[in-house]
Amino acid sequence: MAVREPALASRCRRVAESAKPAIELDRVTKRFVSPTGKSFTALHDLDLTVAAGEFVAVVGPTGCGKSTTLALISGLEAPSSGAVRVFGEPVTAVGRSVGYVFQRDAVFPWKSVIDNVAMGPRFRGIDTQKANTEAHEWIARVGLDGFERYYPHQLSGGMRKRVALAQTLINHPRILLMDEPFSALDVQTRALMENELLDLWASTAASVVFVTHDLEEAIGMADRVVVITAGPGTVKGSYRVDLPRPRNIAEIRFQPRFVELYEEIWNDLRDEVLVSYERSKHSVAS
Amino acid sequence: MSAQSTASRRSPVVATDAAAEDFDAARARARERRRLLVLALRVALAIVILGSWELTTRLGCHGPDSGTCVVDPFFFGQPSGIWSQLVTWVEKGTAQGSLWEQIAVTLEETVLGFAIGVVLGIIFGVALGRNRLLSDVLGPYIKAMNAMPRVVLGSIFTIALGLEIPSKVALAVVLVFFVVFFNAFQGVREVDRDLLANARILGASQSQLSRHVILPSALSWILASLHTSFGFALVGAIVGEYLGARKGIGLMIATAQGTFNANGVFAAMFILAVVAIIAEWLVTRLENFLIKWRPNAITEVTI
Repeated sequence: MAVREPALASRCRRVAESAKPAIELDRVTKRFVSPTGKSFTALHDLDLTVAAGEFVAVVGPTGCGKSTTLALISGLEAPSSGAVRVFGEPVTAVGRSVGYVFQRDAVFPWKSVIDNVAMGPRFRGIDTQKANTEAHEWIARVGLDGFERYYPHQLSGGMRKRVALAQTLINHPRILLMDEPFSALDVQTRALMENELLDLWASTAASVVFVTHDLEEAIGMADRVVVITAGPGTVKGSYRVDLPRPRNIAEIRFQPRFVELYEEIWNDLRDEVLVSYERSKHSVAS
Repeated sequence: MSAQSTASRRSPVVATDAAAEDFDAARARARERRRLLVLALRVALAIVILGSWELTTRLGCHGPDSGTCVVDPFFFGQPSGIWSQLVTWVEKGTAQGSLWEQIAVTLEETVLGFAIGVVLGIIFGVALGRNRLLSDVLGPYIKAMNAMPRVVLGSIFTIALGLEIPSKVALAVVLVFFVVFFNAFQGVREVDRDLLANARILGASQSQLSRHVILPSALSWILASLHTSFGFALVGAIVGEYLGARKGIGLMIATAQGTFNANGVFAAMFILAVVAIIAEWLVTRLENFLIKWRPNAITEVTI
């Protein structure tokens, strides 16, 4: 049963659930200063806890600070106030146990597929020979066997995403952050990639925070869906997705339980989407 | 399902039926015709320009005074005179030694100045591009130095470094440096933020970031500047020689000027043009080699 979790309840539950959650965001606020000197609050008092091995999808309207949340967990950005902890340790720098798949292509265009995938181990001091052997394995695992010497511009969008996945997973991240990773793909490729990601994830036991604006994708993939309010973002509700695994993303949406969950979460999300839409209209008008 | 759609999308490209072959053959013929047309027009243009130059410097001449010609060859030279000047230089050498030696000296100065200027430009460009404080502090000085007509520095270099190669190299370096510097600086500033973030997440240290992300990314900007900057290196070497030298093409021009030998000046210019075209070709080759990862490089507009 999905339960709405106000900030306090979520903190109580966290203590009860596990001694050492994978990710904790504790009353996190993040402000940015725009180039014109105006300050802008992206996140306000956000509480979020992700258990070890849990797959959490974060949904919310455009500009609600979803990506900022990931940047804080990864250590790319520091919170303005509040605490970010990964495996109980405060995040002070870019974490070694974190993997991050970006929305846009973030593979290096000047490196071939094999060099792209081998980058992580090589950055971490593993010699080229060994890194390449490992990279070969991962390239095969994401289904790009034979494309080792290709450059990213010679691949399709879906293939580049596979390169990005291999590049990230080769580091064996215990925390996998994904920022709308498949939003640029066509619908069929997307369903395929979603299934493959679930298979890969099942063999890693990593905790996943998967940011998306697509509620179907969120429910289909995740153990739990967290709804973030229109900016400044804070947690509006958290819903456990009790659909059995392994799942087939292309077909799961026909299950009655899926439809139920969708309706329930959409009721929550719709208001935020409307707020965000009204604001964008006003900001265009003014 | 997606595999199917991919296959159907790709099939027309690899089709080998007769219609496609005919189409390809017709396209190839059209391309070849166009290539020949362009070549013929180029040759025709050269003939028209050189021919009218030669003609106007020969028409209406009376007696020994070349001033009576439509265009005075004493001041403006003439193609046949330029050609015989080139033949003389090749066969008998120039006033200051063999022609090849002059070309070699100028090339040495140019290439040295180019190489040093490029390396310095990249180092400073990347350093200032990566370090906000440094660029804020040094920025106005660099802009001021860039605004200065740096060719006048040639006089200082000739006084300080003498008539040999170093003074020309120094002038070439000064001219090349700023072109490369500004491009490298801009290239570093334009590095994709997601790529930087990705490399940091993957575990890159600061020096690894520079080597694997920032430099390759800025490389296309830097390479685009090399086309312009080789020209500047040549200008530096020639002007330096012109101001005072014992050898080099610039000195040949100065000597020709001193003896009112217009054909000599044009002949030296012709040699410089050939050198510059060969250099441009080499830079393009280098560029294609270094950024083979990119489908079509953004370079300066070429014809």
